[in-house]
Amino acid sequence: MSAFELNPNLYDADVKQEPIRAGFGRGLKAAGEQNDQIVGLCADLTESTRMQEFAEAFPERFIEMGVAEQNLVTVASGLARAGKIPFTSSYAAFSPGRNWEQIRTTIALNEQPVKIIGSHAGVSVGPDGATHQMLEDLALMRVLPNLVVIAPGDSIEAEKATKLIAENGKTSYLRLAREKTPIFSTENSPFEIGKAYVLREGHDITLLGTGTMTYQLLVAAKKLEEWGIQAEVVHVPTIKPLDEETVLASVRKTGRALTAEEAQAAAGFGGAIAELLGEKLPTPLKRVGMKDRFGESGAPNELIKHFGLDGESIAKTAQEFINQVPRYHQGF
Amino acid sequence: MSGQLTITQLQQKANDVRKDIINMLVAAGSGHSAGPLDLADIMTALYFDIMKLDPQNPDWEGRDVFFLSNGHCVPVQYAVMAERGFFPVEELQTLRKFGSRLQGHPERLRLPGLENTSGPLGSGLSQAAGYAYSLQYLDDAKHRWVYAVTSDGEHDEGNFWEAAMFAGKYKLSQLIVYVDRNNIQIDGPTEEIMPLEDLRGKWESFGWHVQEINGHNMESIIDAAGMARAITNRPSVIIAHTIPGKGVDFMEYDYHWHGSPPNKDQAKTAIEKLRTLDGKIVGEHQ
Repeated sequence: MSAFELNPNLYDADVKQEPIRAGFGRGLKAAGEQNDQIVGLCADLTESTRMQEFAEAFPERFIEMGVAEQNLVTVASGLARAGKIPFTSSYAAFSPGRNWEQIRTTIALNEQPVKIIGSHAGVSVGPDGATHQMLEDLALMRVLPNLVVIAPGDSIEAEKATKLIAENGKTSYLRLAREKTPIFSTENSPFEIGKAYVLREGHDITLLGTGTMTYQLLVAAKKLEEWGIQAEVVHVPTIKPLDEETVLASVRKTGRALTAEEAQAAAGFGGAIAELLGEKLPTPLKRVGMKDRFGESGAPNELIKHFGLDGESIAKTAQEFINQVPRYHQGF
Repeated sequence: MSGQLTITQLQQKANDVRKDIINMLVAAGSGHSAGPLDLADIMTALYFDIMKLDPQNPDWEGRDVFFLSNGHCVPVQYAVMAERGFFPVEELQTLRKFGSRLQGHPERLRLPGLENTSGPLGSGLSQAAGYAYSLQYLDDAKHRWVYAVTSDGEHDEGNFWEAAMFAGKYKLSQLIVYVDRNNIQIDGPTEEIMPLEDLRGKWESFGWHVQEINGHNMESIIDAAGMARAITNRPSVIIAHTIPGKGVDFMEYDYHWHGSPPNKDQAKTAIEKLRTLDGKIVGEHQ
């Protein structure tokens, strides 16, 4: 059933890793080669958001905005009105963290195809601490009408997603992470905006992941298998529009769901799944993510583990959850 | 396409626009009075003389582009657009009503001819700057201009100064901004709420060419645009000193009218005063 080609070395100790933002850098340069209407704008973080490759290839289409995130997106709105396809990049804590109203009014309500790239999202930013660990962006962006919201799972997907939003004609938010993330997909894996993918089949529980958490769910599923639990892993890179069909089909089969995101568990990806299941298929649901608190300084892996976001912790959470709740909706 | 009306005709047109505004606001029962009235002369000059535009083809590729940054003053934009032939004058009566294209604050997607969606202050200048950047650096369109109107109160916004710094850095010489310097904002006089002076000095220090004019003098408004277009190495700001509520004596200078419409009796008096002032307004501008 699953047409998704997984990296055959996925479970190797030396699985290839790369920051998700690196895929964005490649994708934007490639998109820029295809379409001369693409313009890059950055708020003084050109190298670290990986807009550098585009800026070097197309200096005449790169605009240095300085540390001014509100101006970043509103100038982009004006450029879009002039027929351009603007990509704006900064850290997610600042864009959309600081400039949300400008995005709402001048881009979303105004339906301009500005691409908002929020890098360094999640606690895996690490030592920079809570101020820079953006956890609320998924909630902030998915609540806006007219938006596309994508959290790619690895750098290969980020490259594909970047090329696709360059041509989708819509306001789009792309969430990127700073740290190296294991690559679970391949160049041949499918990636479409608005599609979720079954990465691993099972019948005891559906593990739904987005962004960096999908790899952790694959690790969790392997661990659960050792414990005799068959988990189905569904990767949901597009949070909006949500692929309801794929999610519901899996949950209908397993009767239990767990979501995982490197963000607040409330109102973001887990919130989206809770809304869907609550309305269309009431099902016991466990949300893994940040539990109504901010992050703190630490090594990325240390923080991921501390907050229960690593594969092994998620496996334990899933096991406890399965032991606690029946397949509530079976027989619907 | 422009320059077809005499100064006297433009002044009379501005007076028609003021009457339209009063009638619209009464019909709507809510909205802002002072700003739209004091912008009537500038907006009439822009739409009837200064800007290249085609009401029958609002997205005409050769047009000059207008961004209203202080979206709450949109009644004056709707009025000049209707008078200019973008849509029927009768439609002005639908302002702020359900189903109307004339939303309480302007929405680009609702009405052909609007270039942006605005209301929350401080962002329109950035959008105008983005468009001007495209014309100057990406499109090689030296024959087109971007005009923006901003309030003085919105200078309080940080985003506004980010835009000013950006336009200064990139020397966006095809960007021309009129500041409606009427000295009031919702809570009171600007110099009490959040002082803006030395306003000229602030703009100059951001790398802009600055002019100061009487914002009710039609010739000054038009001449300032000509001077701004002749400046090729900097963006231009025209600080237009205006009288809030201009043309309706009981509204003039009174900040309480910033965010309020007149009631029916007040509107009747206002229209009568505008009518009886017809000759006087023309006179004082000559």
